[in-house]
Amino acid sequence: MPNLKTKVPFKGTPEQESKLLGIIESHKGKRGATMPVLQQAQDIYGYLPEEVQITVAEGLGLSLSEVYGVVSFYSQFTVNPKGEHVVSVCMGTACYVKGAASILERVERKIGCEAGSITADGRFSVDATRCIGACGLAPVITVGSDVYGRLVPDEVDGILGKYTDK
Amino acid sequence: METIKLTINGKEVEAPKGSTILEAARLTGINIPTLCYLKRINAIGACRICVVEVKGARTNVAACAYPAAEGMVVETNTASLIKARRNTLELILSNHRMDCLTCLRNRSCELQKLAADFGIQHIRYDTDKTEPEIEDSSLHLVRDNSKCILCRRCVAVCKYNQAVAVIGPNDRGYQTHISCAFDRNLDESPCVSCGQCTAVCPTAALNEKDDTEKVWKALGDPAKHVVVGVAPSIRVTIGECFGEPVGTNAEGRMVAALNRLGFDRVFDINHTADLTVMEEGVEFIKRLETNDRLPLITSCSPAWIRFAEMYYTDFIPNMSSCKSPQQMFGAVIKTFYAKERGIDPKDIVTVSIMPCTAKKFEIHRENEQAVDGLPDIDIAITTRELSRMISRAGIMFGELDGEQFDDIASTAGLIFGTTGGVMEAALRTVAEIVDKKPLENVEFTEVRGVAGIKEAVYKIGGRDVRVACASGLTNVKRLLDSIRAGEKQYDFIEVMACPGGCINGGGQPVQPSSVRNNIDLREERAKAIYNMDSGAELRKSHENPLIKRMYDEYFGEPGGEKAHHALHTTYKRQTKYKLD
Repeated sequence: MPNLKTKVPFKGTPEQESKLLGIIESHKGKRGATMPVLQQAQDIYGYLPEEVQITVAEGLGLSLSEVYGVVSFYSQFTVNPKGEHVVSVCMGTACYVKGAASILERVERKIGCEAGSITADGRFSVDATRCIGACGLAPVITVGSDVYGRLVPDEVDGILGKYTDK
Repeated sequence: METIKLTINGKEVEAPKGSTILEAARLTGINIPTLCYLKRINAIGACRICVVEVKGARTNVAACAYPAAEGMVVETNTASLIKARRNTLELILSNHRMDCLTCLRNRSCELQKLAADFGIQHIRYDTDKTEPEIEDSSLHLVRDNSKCILCRRCVAVCKYNQAVAVIGPNDRGYQTHISCAFDRNLDESPCVSCGQCTAVCPTAALNEKDDTEKVWKALGDPAKHVVVGVAPSIRVTIGECFGEPVGTNAEGRMVAALNRLGFDRVFDINHTADLTVMEEGVEFIKRLETNDRLPLITSCSPAWIRFAEMYYTDFIPNMSSCKSPQQMFGAVIKTFYAKERGIDPKDIVTVSIMPCTAKKFEIHRENEQAVDGLPDIDIAITTRELSRMISRAGIMFGELDGEQFDDIASTAGLIFGTTGGVMEAALRTVAEIVDKKPLENVEFTEVRGVAGIKEAVYKIGGRDVRVACASGLTNVKRLLDSIRAGEKQYDFIEVMACPGGCINGGGQPVQPSSVRNNIDLREERAKAIYNMDSGAELRKSHENPLIKRMYDEYFGEPGGEKAHHALHTTYKRQTKYKLD
């Protein structure tokens, strides 16, 4: 799934930045520095927005394009923060054949953002995930730690509605 | 030189140690087909067209990247290899928008040629590439990823030759595509507009932005006086667009073709290169006398200006305030020439023929208006665009009789077209002005040649003048870093953004890898320029009678107030990243 650029404003703190600069400093000039620095940067911020990738690029003497190429290649990296409520739609084989695609479409429509992105207010983010191991309940979505199974598309609005006011 | 022996197609070959299989095969007269490979730029074995069989190897290997070894037994043309290459080609084609008949690179496309060579007439696979994927945000180029084969030549040239790496492969697997970080448009990236990527693309995924329609429109407008100026290097490259050998001097026929196209005047920008020498020469002498902001760094190359303004802002004070010869040309036409001919500059259209895509950007820079409200240059087109205009007009380039420019220029201006040329031209003038006697030898051969960085020391005015020339932004970066680190000191530096200078600019004729892998375009094209220079009478800018007349009748003194207003510009720091 290509990374979709976040629309949530970046809210990095000076503490986070000084931590990141320290990590960059300790890896500077070493071979293969990009991956560990990006991993730790994601640990600090929870995601890798453009502002953070620019700091990494400038710090390691790379271009932003080189850094973004790595970030967009590996699925472990995300350029979007997670919402207050993380909605994951399982796209594993069992869920898929049971209609996960139309569930996802309904989720995206209800929440108003595409899989891999976050709403502008930061309340919801949507992920299309690989198999979460609940195939007996296919098709499955999770909202935070809550699991909803054997869904039909019409149930989606009701489920998500429970979180909109929380 | 240490050599190795191996067997290729049953024949023993001796090759230098360190050769790839591709290079070793070439020595025995075998041309292994390639697609992503480009000598000195890209050898990553990505496309799998150059696969060969190596005895004992588990799979076919990519000849462009696989080192030849002692005793190796290689087959390059078995039935199974041909089948493998055909299959690969079919897969590449299945993901390519094939509108060959209406494609700018029709008949000059390396993929099309391979498909023809391998007799591919039917693709077994469906394609989802049916729509163009145009990205034309910048002033100088257009990307269409529906034509991209992911060879990564553009990525390699941008990173390794030009040190900016503003494009790269984003995402993974079938989604992989070449783009800027965060899939932003090119005009939001710190691209320097050099266009080297357009000169190495094997297909039509990257092309210069075509401005020829604007030229046709101006030529068709009877109210406009349309003046064209041709950059130094074009005369030694334009012939390639018409199938002539690399390094052909086609100056006379090029002028004739421009006259046939209907330009009112055809000028040689070499004469404003002469003017640049005068202005920059005086600027250098002043700075040298007062030890002010040395080294002075030349400013003819707009991609270099962009690089300095974004990446090496601490060197901005060192840059010569002289406009480039292109911009001086526009300035001269809209001031001196307009006055002399009694034409309102508003009715003049200035067109420049450039080896360079960054020139399309440069004409829009701030402080490039000798006459307020009028751009110095109205339209900048590349060598490639000019060749298309000539073809479209039905002008038979090869059969034209040579004609002469409507002005006078020295060959000091001509050598501006190659790395080291601006330095040599400036030294010819600076040395004679400072030492007040004619040079015994006008050739400063130390600064010639394709080396990325060249250094020399010359005795001028009783002192050592330390000069350096760098071409290719990776070399420029190395040079500037060594100055920053205090390892090197110079008085005068020439910078050209493209490797080898303008003769290898991003707007020059595209030569396929079959040519580029076997000859050095930079050397052959430069040779043609130096041959013209060595046989010329007028080899010093300050002896150009036209330049003398310009100063006497209009600009006053070199570096004087009037000259400064029309012929100089300013630079400022530009942000690299454009966040929302």
